[in-house]
Amino acid sequence: MSMPASLTHDTIHRPPPPPPIDHGWGGGGGGSDGRGADRRASFTGLFVLLAASTMVFAAFTSAFVVRRGLSDDWASMSKPPILFVNTVVLLVSSFLLDLSRRALKAGDRSKFNLWWTAATGLGILFLIGQAVAWRQLSAAGVYVASNPSSSFFYVLTAAHAFHLLGGVAALVYVDVQALRLRLGPAKRTAIDVTAVFWHFLDGLWVYLMVLFYVWG
Amino acid sequence: MSSPSAHTAQHAPHGFIRKYIFSLDHKVIGLQYYFLGLFSVFLGMSLSLLMRYHMVNPNVAVSWFGKLWPTAAAGGVMTPELYLSLMTMHGTIMVFFVLTTVPQSGFGNYFLPIQIGAEDMAFPVLNMMSFWTTFLALVVMVSAFFVQGGAPLSGWTAYPPLSGAGRITGPGEGMGQNLWLVSIAIFCGASLMGAINFIATTVDLRCKGMTLMRMPLTCWTWLVTAILALLGFAVLLAAGVLLLLDRMAGTSFFLPAGLMINDQILVSHKGGSPLLWQHLFWFFGHPEVYIAILPGMGITSQLLSTFSRKPIFGYKAMVYAILSIGFLGFLVWGHHMFMSGMNPYSAMAFSVLTMAIGVPSAIKTFNWIGTLWGGKIHFDTAMLFALGFVSLFVTGGVSGIFLGQPALDLYFHDTYFVVGHFHMIMGVAAIFGMFAATFYWFPKMFGRMMNEPLGKIHFYLTFIGVYAIFTPMHFLGIAGNPRRYADFTNVEYLGKLIPVHQFMSWAAYATAASQIIFLVNLFWSMRKGKPAPINPWHATSLEWTVPSPPPHDNFAGVHPVVHHGPYEYSVPGAAEDFIMQTDPASVHSEG
Repeated sequence: MSMPASLTHDTIHRPPPPPPIDHGWGGGGGGSDGRGADRRASFTGLFVLLAASTMVFAAFTSAFVVRRGLSDDWASMSKPPILFVNTVVLLVSSFLLDLSRRALKAGDRSKFNLWWTAATGLGILFLIGQAVAWRQLSAAGVYVASNPSSSFFYVLTAAHAFHLLGGVAALVYVDVQALRLRLGPAKRTAIDVTAVFWHFLDGLWVYLMVLFYVWG
Repeated sequence: MSSPSAHTAQHAPHGFIRKYIFSLDHKVIGLQYYFLGLFSVFLGMSLSLLMRYHMVNPNVAVSWFGKLWPTAAAGGVMTPELYLSLMTMHGTIMVFFVLTTVPQSGFGNYFLPIQIGAEDMAFPVLNMMSFWTTFLALVVMVSAFFVQGGAPLSGWTAYPPLSGAGRITGPGEGMGQNLWLVSIAIFCGASLMGAINFIATTVDLRCKGMTLMRMPLTCWTWLVTAILALLGFAVLLAAGVLLLLDRMAGTSFFLPAGLMINDQILVSHKGGSPLLWQHLFWFFGHPEVYIAILPGMGITSQLLSTFSRKPIFGYKAMVYAILSIGFLGFLVWGHHMFMSGMNPYSAMAFSVLTMAIGVPSAIKTFNWIGTLWGGKIHFDTAMLFALGFVSLFVTGGVSGIFLGQPALDLYFHDTYFVVGHFHMIMGVAAIFGMFAATFYWFPKMFGRMMNEPLGKIHFYLTFIGVYAIFTPMHFLGIAGNPRRYADFTNVEYLGKLIPVHQFMSWAAYATAASQIIFLVNLFWSMRKGKPAPINPWHATSLEWTVPSPPPHDNFAGVHPVVHHGPYEYSVPGAAEDFIMQTDPASVHSEG
C-alpha cells in the first residue's frame, strides 16, 4: 500500500508531488491518492502537535500564575546570564534555517546544506547551553525543590528541552539526508515540517524567557 | 481474525509478528485496542464485585482474600485501605483503559479510515506506537497491585494531599501511587499520538466526494473526541508531571505546609495548593467524560437511523450539537469543585454553563426520538443496545441537572447520588455504545454474524441489571449515604439502608455473570458464527462496500468516490430502501 506521510516513510522513491488539489478544507473532493494529501496530512499532524504542546505549556503557565499568586513563599531566583546567550543561539539557528530553505528554493543545494548544518549545530549548542545553565544553578545551590520559582524554572526549561530533543533529531535527520545527497523533492515535507516545528520552539523559548524575567 | 483475502491485499505484511503484533494496519490496531479494553473491562468489573461484596459483608473472612493479599486482607478480612485501592484501580482502569480506549481507539481506529474512504490512518507508525504505549501504560498500572503497599488509595482523580505526600498517607501511597502517575503520563502520551492521527486522517484523507457534511456522525464524534483528547490529555500530562515532582523531587506545587497526616506533621513541603491540582485535573476530567460518551452518541445515531430505515433527524443539528458539547465541555470543570470553597459567583457561572450543555444534549435526544418516529424499526441486538444507550443517557443526564446546581450539589456531593449519576451516563451508557458497536460491526470485523438470541438475552439481562444496580444509588444519595466508605454497618443512620446495598450487590453479581453470555457469543461467533454478507444491515456507509473483513488497504487499490450523504434511507423513488454513499449520483431519479 502507499504509505501516507511520516518522517520515516517519506522516501525519495516517490514521484514528485502533484500540484495540490484544493477543494476547500482537507481532502474532501480531492481524493486521498497522491502526495498532496500526504503533505497536507503531515502539516495537519504538525499543527495538531503544536496545539498539544501549547496546551502543555498553557497548563504549566496557569499553574505558575496560580502558585505564584497564592502564597508568600515565592522568591524570585537569580537566573544564569548564559540564558541570554542561549536565546541568541536559538534565534540565530531559526534564522539560518530559513536562509537555508530559501537557498533550497533558489536551487542552491550546497548553501542549503551549509545553513542547515549550521542551524543544527546551533540547536545542539543551545541544549548544551541549557545544561550549563542548570549546572550553574545547582552550583549556586538552586535546586528544583529550593523555591517554587526554581521548581517552575526547571520544569519549564526541561519540558522545552524535551521538545527540543525531538526538534534536533528532526534537524539531524534532514541534515544527514542532505549531506548524503538524498534530498529529493519528496523530502520537502520533512524540511518544512521540521522548520515550522523549530520556529515554534524558538517562539516558545522567547515566551518562557519573558515569563522567567517578568514573573519568575 | 482471518487474514484479508490475499489477491486484493497490496503489500500486506507477512509473518505473524508484523501482521498481528507490530502491525501498521489500522484494523489490526483497532482490534488490539478492542481486546486490550475487553481485558481491562473484565478486570475493572472484578474489582467492583470485590467492592460490592465487601460493602455488604465487611466482617466476613474469605480465605482466598487472605491468600491474595496477605497483609491488606490478613485473615481474609479486607482492610479499608484495600477497599480504597480496589476503588482507585476500578475507576482508573475503567475510565482510561476502557471508556477512553475502546470507543475511540478501538472502533475509531478500525472504522474511521474505512468510513471516510482512506487506505489507512495518516501516520501508521505513530498509530502502532500509540497502541504499544497504551499497552505499556496498562502494564505499569496493573503492576501497582504487586508492589509493596499495593495499589494507590487516592481514587481515579488522585487528589493531593493524599496522592502527594507519599507512604505516610497510606499503604498504597508509596510505590503504588508513583506507578499510577507514571502510567497515566504514559497514557497521556499515547492519547496525544492517537489524537494527532485521528485529526490528520479526518481532515486530510477523506476520499473524493466525502465532504465534511457527508461524513457519518460516528466520524464527527471521533473527530471531536480526538480534539478533546488532544487538549485535555496535554493538561493532565502537565499536572501529572508536577504531582510526580511533588512526590519524588520534594517540590511543593500541590502540598501546603504543616499538614498533619496520621499523627505526623509534614514539614518537607510548603505553600502548595491542592486546589490547583483539582483545577488542572478537572480541566482534563470533564472533557474526559465527553471523550467517553461522544463516540457512543455517534454509533447510536448511526444505528438508530439504520435500524429505523430513516435518515437521521437533523443531521446538521447533530453535527453542531456534537461541536457545541465539545466546546462547552471545556468550560464547566468547576462544577466538580462546588464544594472547594470557590467564589459563589464562579460557581454560578460554572452552573449556568453546565446547564447550557443540556441544550445540545437535548437536541441530540430529541433528534434520536425524531429518527425513531414513524420508522420501520428492526429490533436487532445492536439496535437494542443503541436504544439502551438513549435510555441511559437520558436517565444519567437528568441527574446531572441536579448535580450541576451548587445549592443541590452541596447536599449531593460525595454521596451515592454522584456515583449513580456518573455510572449511568459515563460508565454504562458508554458501555452500551460499545456493545452496540460490537454487534453492529462484528460482521465486518470478523466476517461472521453474532448470535442474535444470545445477544438479546444478554441485552435484557444487562439492561435490567444496570438499572437495578445504579437506580437505588440515587435514593441512597438522597438519604445521605456517603461514597468511598468501605463499611457502613456501624453508621446508625445508614443501618436501614443496608438491605438496599445488598440488593445492589446481588444485582451486580447477576449482571456481571450475564456478561459471560457476551463473551461466549463473541468468541463462539468469531469461529462458528453464520458467515456474514458484505452488507448485512443494508447500511449505506463505505465500510459496507468492502469484503468482510476488509482487505489490507481497505478498498483493494480502488479509490472510492462518494455521491451521497450517510443516511439516505427510504428515499422515495429509489429502487431499495437505502442508497449507498458510493452509488451513482443519479440513483435518485432512477427508481
